Amino acid sequence: MEMSATRDHQQYRQDIRAFLDLEWAKPRASGDVDIAAFRTKAIDAGYLYRGIPRRFGGSEQPADSLKARIIAEEFARAKAPGEVKGVGTQMLVPTLLECGAEWQKEKFVRKTLTGEYKWCQGYSEPGSGSDLASLRTRGELVDGEWVINGQKVWTSYAGTSDYMFALVRTEPDAPKHEGISYLLIDMKSPGIQVRPLKQINGGEEFNEVFLTDVRTPADWIVGERGKGWAVSKSLLKHERNMIGGVDRSDSLFKSLLSLARRVERGGKPSIEDPWVRDRLAALKARLEVMRHISLVQFTREANGAPAGRTQMMNKLYQSNYAGEVANLAVELLGDDALLSPIGNRDVGNERWLMQYMNSLAAAIAGGTSNIQRNIIAERGLGLPREKEGAA
Amino acid sequence: MKFDLSEDQIALRDAVTDYLADTCPIPVTLAAHEDATRDKEIWDGLMALGVGGVNIPARHGGIGLGMLDLAVIAEAVGRFAAPGRFFPHALATQALILSENEATKAEWLPKLASGEALATIALAEGQQRWLAEDWMLAGNERLSGSKLFVPVADEADLIIVGLEGRDLALVETSAEGLRIAATPTFDGGRPLFEVSFDATPCTRLAGADGTRLCDAGLLLLCADAIGGAAHCVDSSVAYAKEREQFGRPIGSFQAVKHQLADMALEVEPSMGLFWYAANIYDSNSVESAQFSALAKAHFTDLYAAMARRMIEMHGGIGYTWEFGAHVWLKRSVFDRTFLGTPTIHRARYAQLAGW
Repeated sequence: MEMSATRDHQQYRQDIRAFLDLEWAKPRASGDVDIAAFRTKAIDAGYLYRGIPRRFGGSEQPADSLKARIIAEEFARAKAPGEVKGVGTQMLVPTLLECGAEWQKEKFVRKTLTGEYKWCQGYSEPGSGSDLASLRTRGELVDGEWVINGQKVWTSYAGTSDYMFALVRTEPDAPKHEGISYLLIDMKSPGIQVRPLKQINGGEEFNEVFLTDVRTPADWIVGERGKGWAVSKSLLKHERNMIGGVDRSDSLFKSLLSLARRVERGGKPSIEDPWVRDRLAALKARLEVMRHISLVQFTREANGAPAGRTQMMNKLYQSNYAGEVANLAVELLGDDALLSPIGNRDVGNERWLMQYMNSLAAAIAGGTSNIQRNIIAERGLGLPREKEGAA
Repeated sequence: MKFDLSEDQIALRDAVTDYLADTCPIPVTLAAHEDATRDKEIWDGLMALGVGGVNIPARHGGIGLGMLDLAVIAEAVGRFAAPGRFFPHALATQALILSENEATKAEWLPKLASGEALATIALAEGQQRWLAEDWMLAGNERLSGSKLFVPVADEADLIIVGLEGRDLALVETSAEGLRIAATPTFDGGRPLFEVSFDATPCTRLAGADGTRLCDAGLLLLCADAIGGAAHCVDSSVAYAKEREQFGRPIGSFQAVKHQLADMALEVEPSMGLFWYAANIYDSNSVESAQFSALAKAHFTDLYAAMARRMIEMHGGIGYTWEFGAHVWLKRSVFDRTFLGTPTIHRARYAQLAGW
């Protein structure tokens, strides 16, 4: 086991620092920031969208997950804008690159990477959550166009998106997993109605989307007719990798430590309280568990070896962790936990109540914790698959 | 940067695992709990594999590897809840390795490497006073006083004793004034003794820092715990696939599946932290002390929880002596308690981290 970075990687880190200093820190200090131009330079230098071919707007670098990690660390350190986040870059683009037609890649990938095209995901339906393949929104091919009718739900940012990638039942007579196609829809099409849903945290990021005789061209299908489920499987994989991450857990723990230093307990800073120290150390251990297993996974990926079944556990470990941190934070808040974190007035430590709620979103989105347990048990541990209930 | 076990480390672990899989099935483990000669047979086999000399320098008859190499062996030993002699012998050996007392090293290390001599450690002084900063037993060339919870003292040839000032000394069990009294021990695989000294001659181990020795002990207990916890997961999963109720394997019920998934979730991702903590031991850094404390707390807590869930998962059969699951339960309590409970080590971590 070599714990220190190789010279090559150390040099790489130095190069990134020099780049960020020149192209980001200096312009920012002089108030002369152009984020789009900075991103273009970072792509040219090979720091962003490394897995994406140059002809589609990526930087097309050899796979090196440790370099990718160094880039992420250095960009975060310099507070420089990295890759555009969201379902467009993190879910649609990888899916198009894997399953899309050439013209689809050319039309959609580059502008999605720059943030010009924003996407939403037409996935869940009122009756189809964890059992996604039971979805009922249907599409019929009429005069060279798909005519789509149905309803989607939990569609984040539907109101501000340019396009939707959607799972639609196009083969009503086929078995449930084989009757679904993966379609692209222009959100400006007639027949789309977006209704925001108010969330427990007061926000309105997600929506219901009603589709009534919505038309999309026949070739706006990714993969073949009836193969949309397979396409969506690669999508699920991308989403699981996207949610959480050690960096997020790391910054959560740092914030918790700073809260423990700031708030008092029995007339002293909480961090001096033996019970609080014990709970913080327990959470620190779990953070180090995530940090080091991700290093193991990175190493194996970098060497082309299977990362192992611990990869299936990342999402559950991370979302559990977010909940554990939030729980301790709310204990530390004391009476402040009675105050609303929402509103225009100055919000103090009770802003942790937002994390208390948001950590639940992490445990639900992208496959609930119980779905994660099914995946670990069935695919990881080889326990018998769940039989479908009588329909 | 490469963060994984090396091929050599995997080969080492596999060799020990294969040997124990053949020689140490549950009935033998159980028998060894009641009859120490059975334990000795397995021990002799491990020594023949070269386990005794893994981290002993080549000039003293070993192969000169590091703590991580020793720890992956300890993990395999823990998985089978195999010989009680391993932990005290490996830790006592580490004390001699840390020492600068060349004459003593030259005399004993080759014998410890080959297994010709068995060694153990005498650290505890009661009231949870386990660690180097707690030791009060004093003495220069002769010792008077006593130590508690000394593993396999009845069979050992030498004992490494923790002294005031974080010092260490070597005492031969044949020395005058030494008395050994058995302690009724929960973990039958690692019988404990009270050892008392009455003007007993000792050899000081110059240069050996008791704190470093304790950190090594914490890591070896971690290794035993992660191996044992992995066994708890694997045996529970295997049983859930084989045991049928209501006409199907109990592992097809979601309640059981989810419990098993949660067990695997606790144990398997933790492996990287264990490797890291063991690997940085040889660097002798502040970080090493921090991670030894953090890991001991994390892994031994986790082992105890997994052992309980394993027995519960097995139902009635898990509660029988004959089935043997209790071996891991009892061993987990040993690992959790020996050298200080998780709470103590989390408090130490908080202090070492400057909180």
